[in-house]
Amino acid sequence: MANPAHSATSAAPGHDEGETRRDFLFLATAAFGAVGLGSAIWPFIDQMNPSADVLALATTEVDISPIAEGQSITVKWRGKPVFIRRRTQAEIEQAAKVQDSELPDRQADASRVKKPEWLIVVGVCTHLGCVPLGQKVTDPRGDYGGWFCPCHGSHYDTSGRIRKGPAPKNLDVPDYVFLSDTNVRIG
Amino acid sequence: MRRFALSALAALAFGLTATTPNAAEGPALPKEHWPFAGVFGTFDRGALNRGFQVHKEVCSACHSLSLIYYRHLAGIGLTAEEIRAIAAEKEVTDGPNDEGDMFKRPGRPSDRYVAPFANENASRSANNGAYPPDLSLMIKARKGGPDYLYAILTGYKDAPADVRIMDGMHYNEFFPGHQIAMPMPLSEGGVTFADGTAATVGAMARDVTTFLAWTAEPEMEQRKQLGVKVVLFLIVFSGLTYAVKRKVWADLHA
Amino acid sequence: MNAPEWKNPVVRWIDFRLPIFSFVYHELGVYPAPRNLNYFWTFGSLAGIVLVIMLASGIVLAFNYTPHATMAFDSVERIMRDVNWGWLLRYIHMNGGSAFFIVVYIHMFRGLYYGSYKYPREILWFLGVIILLLMMATAFMGYVLPWGQMSFWGATVITNLFSAFPLVGESIVTWLWGGYSVDNPTLNRFFALHYLLAFVIVGAAAVHLWALHVQKSNNPMGIDTKGPQDTVPFHPYMTVKDLFSLSVFLTVFSMFVFFAPNFFGEPDNYIPANPLVTPPHIVPEWYFLPYYAILRSIPDKLIGVLAMFGSIFVLFLLPWLDTSRVRSGTFRPAYKKLFWVFVVDCIVLGYVGANPPEGYFLILGRLATIYYFFHFIILLPLLGWFERPLPLPTSISQPVLGGRTAATARHMEKA
Repeated sequence: MANPAHSATSAAPGHDEGETRRDFLFLATAAFGAVGLGSAIWPFIDQMNPSADVLALATTEVDISPIAEGQSITVKWRGKPVFIRRRTQAEIEQAAKVQDSELPDRQADASRVKKPEWLIVVGVCTHLGCVPLGQKVTDPRGDYGGWFCPCHGSHYDTSGRIRKGPAPKNLDVPDYVFLSDTNVRIG
Repeated sequence: MRRFALSALAALAFGLTATTPNAAEGPALPKEHWPFAGVFGTFDRGALNRGFQVHKEVCSACHSLSLIYYRHLAGIGLTAEEIRAIAAEKEVTDGPNDEGDMFKRPGRPSDRYVAPFANENASRSANNGAYPPDLSLMIKARKGGPDYLYAILTGYKDAPADVRIMDGMHYNEFFPGHQIAMPMPLSEGGVTFADGTAATVGAMARDVTTFLAWTAEPEMEQRKQLGVKVVLFLIVFSGLTYAVKRKVWADLHA
Repeated sequence: MNAPEWKNPVVRWIDFRLPIFSFVYHELGVYPAPRNLNYFWTFGSLAGIVLVIMLASGIVLAFNYTPHATMAFDSVERIMRDVNWGWLLRYIHMNGGSAFFIVVYIHMFRGLYYGSYKYPREILWFLGVIILLLMMATAFMGYVLPWGQMSFWGATVITNLFSAFPLVGESIVTWLWGGYSVDNPTLNRFFALHYLLAFVIVGAAAVHLWALHVQKSNNPMGIDTKGPQDTVPFHPYMTVKDLFSLSVFLTVFSMFVFFAPNFFGEPDNYIPANPLVTPPHIVPEWYFLPYYAILRSIPDKLIGVLAMFGSIFVLFLLPWLDTSRVRSGTFRPAYKKLFWVFVVDCIVLGYVGANPPEGYFLILGRLATIYYFFHFIILLPLLGWFERPLPLPTSISQPVLGGRTAATARHMEKA
């Protein structure tokens, strides 16, 4: 936009120096204002991040002693279901013998469990976030004996890895530690 | 015009002070010096820790602290380990379990401070009909703030001869109406401080007031420290914008 | 004045179909502002920016707030303690409410002093009064949301005002409450209305600006601009002036937010609402105190309520009550003094409103209330007849001619 102040002084002698000083002042003010505005916006963004009380609840302790072989339980962690399955020997073997070439998202079963008997995965389909079926004995478990997501037809194997369907990745393995043989802390 | 501006400012300032209600309730509170007052004020760490201990060993027997979670205690400098231990001393009702029953478990850092009574009715019935108020916001919820609390804690006296004290009430110089249901909570040496500070009534009152100032405004130090930076920034920015304004208007005033 | 030829093809493409760039250019760029505007004229744009600050902080507070009678208080304290920067956002919003009223009251008193409500700006003034009413409703409902003792009892007392009206009064109160008393349904609808009314204010402010840009700004001399020699383009002259004003405002505002965030608040509002106990000394927020004083100075419920509402509605009649044809108080020797008497009267009303309605305060409140209406209904109409205004200058640029001819001339060349 035309700046009348600009043209008004241009006739004055020695205006070059004044001009530079003026430009510097305008630039400095603009820079200051931009920094100030930028910093002021941060709290408005950061308040959308998880708050201290939400972060504090981000771990869940589970007693896994009542789970019989071949059974699964679902626990809630960070508002999402976590599948804890006590796998049978057959399921463990089935998961272990799969070749990398058969997997869309290559991961060895051994890298997905801490104790082969216990598979702990986040029960959220990596496609669009539905909860796959397969926790109940009567549920369909898909073509690979793990889980089957009814929303868009993704099949997971007994290691929670994607085998068929639109999901791009294996079911997530949350951070967890075995506090004892019967107690596990997720998160 | 300048006169108009000045008088307007004066009027505004007068208006602001005039609107502060000055209804006198009880005698004037003695003004204490608090290190956490003022623009650069910070909480004294030692006082916070001792105050926490006074609260734990004395106040928490009757008063809840419902807005504080054990994890918040990191704010007074306790370590995660210490906080876990403090939380675990308390029994927390959780559940329902798989059988549908509520059960007790040791407290965790993510738990709310366990209240001494299940609810207000239980609290009243155990305290002679009086309800010991929640202390989380006490400093912000009373006129005079820390001065008021300190005055109450140290204001127990023998009643003057002409005052009849009702049953179960106690004379306190600074409580509105002078009759308070709470018996004098602090007594000389009632607490043994680990750092060797002598547990006089005055010292304990100061420390627990500091602790409760923190529970009321845990953000205070961060707020004031950020405030100093923000205000300095804005003062410089005002100077810059004033210079810009002068430059732009220069040719009109030439 | 025509829009410039936009060089950027995207801008040109958009502007041809929806001339927003030309609009901004005309209304914020070359809009002719009287060159003699003083700093009191920056309070309008300041109010607009405070409104934006209130919307921004209010929306993010609503992300984290729970409008339920058993959870509201704790959810506000959760914002203060656990939400990232929650304390800052809440203190900005809390003090922003007070700041909004300070800025708008100064803006209004400026209008009163310089006669900005007179022909041809009556509708501009009405819209301003409507914005004030909307602000009062919004502020009142917002104050209820933390669900502390003052929130609850403020809501009880203010909603009960409506019961004074015959026939419909009781129904209105029941509708506001959604029950037999102020309770959860009340809190719920107040939250919805608080959020809604904020945007109604935005709409009213837009129309207010529209009206302003039709008849253009008044100025400290209160005489019409006669041509380009009397004005300067809004940008950069007024934008930099407003920017300086804004940075000073933000400095003062930050001092409250960071160092005295509860200065305007009441300790009682940090006690959770208790429907069984009224605090011994209930007062509204400071910006309602003058009206509160008027309400309490009249011993009859209905007349008291009518007087309180009347103290605002009389402003709608102001363009006709003030019979003087001179706008600016600068040239009205008697009005200039009476203006300050009126300002003091408003402050006295505020002072009385903050104190219990007993003895000395009651008498003072009554006198101040009488004077408030006397000023508008008796003094202003008579003053127009009896006052001898000073001679008006012929134009804005004329009295500043001496020594500044050159600048004016230069400006005319460009115009």
